[in-house]
Amino acid sequence: MDTVADKQEREGSLNGVGCSRKRKEDARFIQGKGNYTDDIKMPGMLFADMVRSPYAHARIISINTEKALALPGVHAVLTAADLKPLNLHWMPTLAGDVQAVLADEKVHFQYQEVALVVADDRYIAADAIDLVEVEYEELPVLVDPHKAMTAEAPILREDLVGKMEGAHSKREHDNHIFNWQAGEKDATDRVFDAAEVTVSQDMVYHRVHPCPLETCGCVASMDKINGKLTVYLTSQAPHVVRTVVSTLSGLPESSVRIVSPDIGGGFGNKVGIYPAYVASIVASIVLGVPVKWVEDRMENISTTAFARDYHMRGELAADSNGIIKGLRVNVLADHGAFDSCADPSKFPAGFMHICTGSYDIPVAHLNVDGVYTNKAPGGVSYRCSFRVTEAVYVIERTMDVLAQKLGIDKAEIRRRNFVKKEQFPYTTCLGFELDSGDYHTALEKVLDAVDYKGLRREQEEKRANGELMGIGLVTFTEVVGAGPSKSCDILGVGMFDSAEIRVHPTGSVMARMGTITQGQGHQTTYAQIIASELGITSDEIAIEEGDTDTSPYGLGTYGSRSTPVGGAATAVAARKIKAKAKKIAAHLLEVSEDDLEWEVDRFKVKGVPGQEKTMKDIAWAAYNNVPEGMEPGLEAVDYYDPPNFTFPFGAYLCVVDIDKDTGVTDIRRFYALDDCGTRINPMIIDGQIHGGLTEGYAVAMGQEMPYDEEGNLLGNTLMDYFLPTFVETPIWETDYTVTPSPHHPIGAKGVAESPHVGSIPTFTSAMVDAFAHLDVTHMDMPHNAYRVWKQIKALGLLDN
Amino acid sequence: MAKQAVSFTLNGKTVDVLVEPRELLIHTLRENLNQTGAHIGCETSHCGVCTVDIDGESVKSCTLLTVQTAGSDVKSVEGMATADGLHVIQQAFVDEHGLQCGFCTPGMLMRAYRFLQENPDPNDEEIRWGMSGNLCRCTGYQNIIKAVKTAAKNLQQA
Amino acid sequence: MIPSGFEYHKATSIADAIAKLQDNEDAKLLAGGHSLLPMMKLRFSEAPYLVDINGIEGLKGISIDGDTITIGAMTTENELIRSDLLQQYCPLLVEAAKLVADPQVRNKGTIGGDVAHGDPGNDHPAVMLALDAQLIIHGPDGERTIPANGFFLGTYWTALEEHELLVAIKVAALKTGTGHGYNKLKRKTGDYAVAGSAVVLEMNGDVVRDIRIGLTNVAPMAIRAEAAEDLIRGKRVDEVLLKAVEKAIVEACDPAVDLRGDEEYKSHMAAIMARRSIIQAIKNAKE
Repeated sequence: MDTVADKQEREGSLNGVGCSRKRKEDARFIQGKGNYTDDIKMPGMLFADMVRSPYAHARIISINTEKALALPGVHAVLTAADLKPLNLHWMPTLAGDVQAVLADEKVHFQYQEVALVVADDRYIAADAIDLVEVEYEELPVLVDPHKAMTAEAPILREDLVGKMEGAHSKREHDNHIFNWQAGEKDATDRVFDAAEVTVSQDMVYHRVHPCPLETCGCVASMDKINGKLTVYLTSQAPHVVRTVVSTLSGLPESSVRIVSPDIGGGFGNKVGIYPAYVASIVASIVLGVPVKWVEDRMENISTTAFARDYHMRGELAADSNGIIKGLRVNVLADHGAFDSCADPSKFPAGFMHICTGSYDIPVAHLNVDGVYTNKAPGGVSYRCSFRVTEAVYVIERTMDVLAQKLGIDKAEIRRRNFVKKEQFPYTTCLGFELDSGDYHTALEKVLDAVDYKGLRREQEEKRANGELMGIGLVTFTEVVGAGPSKSCDILGVGMFDSAEIRVHPTGSVMARMGTITQGQGHQTTYAQIIASELGITSDEIAIEEGDTDTSPYGLGTYGSRSTPVGGAATAVAARKIKAKAKKIAAHLLEVSEDDLEWEVDRFKVKGVPGQEKTMKDIAWAAYNNVPEGMEPGLEAVDYYDPPNFTFPFGAYLCVVDIDKDTGVTDIRRFYALDDCGTRINPMIIDGQIHGGLTEGYAVAMGQEMPYDEEGNLLGNTLMDYFLPTFVETPIWETDYTVTPSPHHPIGAKGVAESPHVGSIPTFTSAMVDAFAHLDVTHMDMPHNAYRVWKQIKALGLLDN
Repeated sequence: MAKQAVSFTLNGKTVDVLVEPRELLIHTLRENLNQTGAHIGCETSHCGVCTVDIDGESVKSCTLLTVQTAGSDVKSVEGMATADGLHVIQQAFVDEHGLQCGFCTPGMLMRAYRFLQENPDPNDEEIRWGMSGNLCRCTGYQNIIKAVKTAAKNLQQA
Repeated sequence: MIPSGFEYHKATSIADAIAKLQDNEDAKLLAGGHSLLPMMKLRFSEAPYLVDINGIEGLKGISIDGDTITIGAMTTENELIRSDLLQQYCPLLVEAAKLVADPQVRNKGTIGGDVAHGDPGNDHPAVMLALDAQLIIHGPDGERTIPANGFFLGTYWTALEEHELLVAIKVAALKTGTGHGYNKLKRKTGDYAVAGSAVVLEMNGDVVRDIRIGLTNVAPMAIRAEAAEDLIRGKRVDEVLLKAVEKAIVEACDPAVDLRGDEEYKSHMAAIMARRSIIQAIKNAKE
């Protein structure tokens, strides 16, 4: 007999959407049985290691591999000369540029790849590295992006001299990569000229690196007998890699298999194709045996995709009540020596044009110029959602500056300018259609939770006492779920994603997606989506990703796109199965489909208790008792081309206390409210938020990648590159509201990048707030004790 | 230099390996002995993902020569679970969502194991300091602290 | 990540270790290995001949005889921390050890290695200076004792002669009326000091009868801030005096410029750390 309790019990046993169920993937990780790239061993496998340039800018005069080749156990030493006949010494990047695979005639950044040694084991390979003799002739180095487009600047890309039509725009200088604009320049300028109040703030979003604990690596294995190339690879986008590898190698995609095994953290570090992957693949093809390459930590920090390095100016025009009339943002982007920025191809500055933030801004103009310098290539990585970290930083900082100028409280000025709940879906003046939001509720909830007024009173008292206490506030909107294929593509492949679901006769499920987890818990969360759609417990739903031989084509996992795009594909595919299941149920129950209603895990005949078929019953029938004219089986594929991005949002508040004597900052409190729409697994969401906030803390408070004038990268080990330990990491308080996405099949928006995007400006906001009574409007990151102390000293606070 | 024969106990079983003096224990574990639970995350002894337990102490196996391990009692994550199931600490990590990508997890577990032997009833601050040799990028540590506390409680009740 | 090849020999005794150092030109000692091995893995340091001194008789142990504590050079940081004897009679060493590196490294890092390596970033040298420790050294010519003050000569340069081995450290047990403190400013736990200061002082009522101030990582080696000590000796400490002391500390510093800070910052932080150690020492001298 059906009761409410019975229904609830069935719902509960599904462990579906909304349930903080334990993770299915934990079983192998908790027993040290994960299968990461460096765990993979194949018979006859050799080990590769890379010879790298010590100089940031130099000609290669000669490379002598004799001694290295003579070392017992060394099988090959590859240089550009070996790749030239295959036309593989250069390769196309994701950004329409080319990148050297092995340096051809010159090197452009310190640690650039020069030669690949291949040996019996990693010990011999390490010795062989030291035996490769490279003669260099140093060239003048360019590290300051502000000098890149001057007349005196050294020309870095000799291969591009004379080519003034760049991939994205005309190039105004040999070191210029692109100019990209959004919005209306003249209309914005007029608004600024006429405005009652304007503010302008220069700020640097410094270069940092995602530094996942697992470095990048691959095992390339060319099976000459079957003509098939298999590459195990730390990749957040295995299908894209397959397409590129096929193009580069001339092997058809049907002869190329890319497998992303378990990945020890991606954070955008593992999206691009790195030179060593290509060189290892060539080595395997030439030698006919598997070749493994795994980088060490210094190589990872020094050469793989860095993040940020945006030099920005944010300007707001407003009236005396703080109502914004216009926004102007100008950016100088340091891309390093090759533009390998991992953006959707039409967006060389990613989604920087989300810089209108959570605010109702009538007109705006964004201008971005990208330049080359003698640094490693990259720019988009580290939980940035394609430059959304930079966009949110510039708007939130400039809002604070405006508030400060007008003497309006930071929370109040935001309230006055928020896009209102009733205005959604809201099209920004720079072209994004925000799907849903309720910014006012989120803000008020946070302010109440922390007793904002009480904190401001406390700050007054502390200031009177000469103490430094700051309150930071950020109300961000970010854009994830790239994206509609009409605007979003990676190398021409539209940014849809996919799910293939198959229900077995005895009612359990196998599903594969085109995305690839790196710790986000897909094996669990996708199963939860399917469980709620199909009424089968997530315990019996197996999820696989990462093998291009078996999973449907997808664009991978980065920019929080798995839930918005992959999750949508999953729900839609499940609904196709449910539609077929309904027909089968109608057939089994001898009624018409209109007579059926779905409840948790079964179709019931309306008004006839007891007449029902569970999904398990239907699954069995699908293989032996389907209606006339229907094919057997119960499965579906969906390729989901999202109609729009999704726009998670949040309100973050941070309280800091700064030790005047040392510059050390204590993060006293950090309150993070996130709205990611429908919450699939609250436990996993909280975990993602803790992780994103911690990475944000690291960026804002300590990480940096300083280059000296010779282009030497300083601090590229974990001694200096700040990865917080248990001791430094603040306690995170999390909260949420739920404003579903109206266009997403289950209303979910994605969440994992929001805490990183939102927290970093919150820390800066708090630091600046600690000094705001002394007319400080901005402090560049990182806010380490040393830099903060210098600020304290400069303000004369130590003279007493 | 010629290889040396080294014998030690790994998770209760005697192992015999032939290694150059310069061979690091982490490589012996992962390559010779196919115990790939312990991982490599850096080359400067900071990250702790290589942590194992040797003669009753937490040790970063990337900063130890295998020849120094002769006669030692080495425990790694592969020895934590038994035929009866997961170790209490492993279960606590699962229950409290103390892992995401799993890369730091074997080192965390081995350190948590020894830490709780050293300090069976730690408070949060002690856990933070006691585990400060193990880095994590995914979790922000908060749930790992919960996991260690839950493990401490469950171990005391066991 | 991988050192170049080397010969490895386990020493069987102190004498054997010394003999091996004498017989092999490029021989290096392997103690805890957590300074040497990382350098060898980065190939910054070549050590074609390693002499492992782990397990040798006569290098371990913490004992007290009258007022003198003897600590074997191969005593690890965690052994220092766990020592009831030290907690009672020389708590400064325990507190300093807790600030070194991380729990795993503390199982291997030895006080002898930390003292003898000559890295200006190591913590124990300044503590040795503050404690006025005596260093017991064995060499081909026998045993000698060197006071810590004068042992640290420069970066990676100590008074250890060729083929000598630090075997033990002697410090005085805490007397009534003696206070101590070690304060270390660091970018994060486990890091080397931005600046550190170890202080040991003796009170006579409210007056500081004697004081020794050691400074970590603000010069090519650990140093005594003698000018600052002279300002305090015989005086009652007040805010005016502390400010003068801070100024003297700043002047005594000659730090390397690196990512931890420039000269101005590091010198001022040394002064702040010294200040905190002095205040702490005065407080616990009374307890």
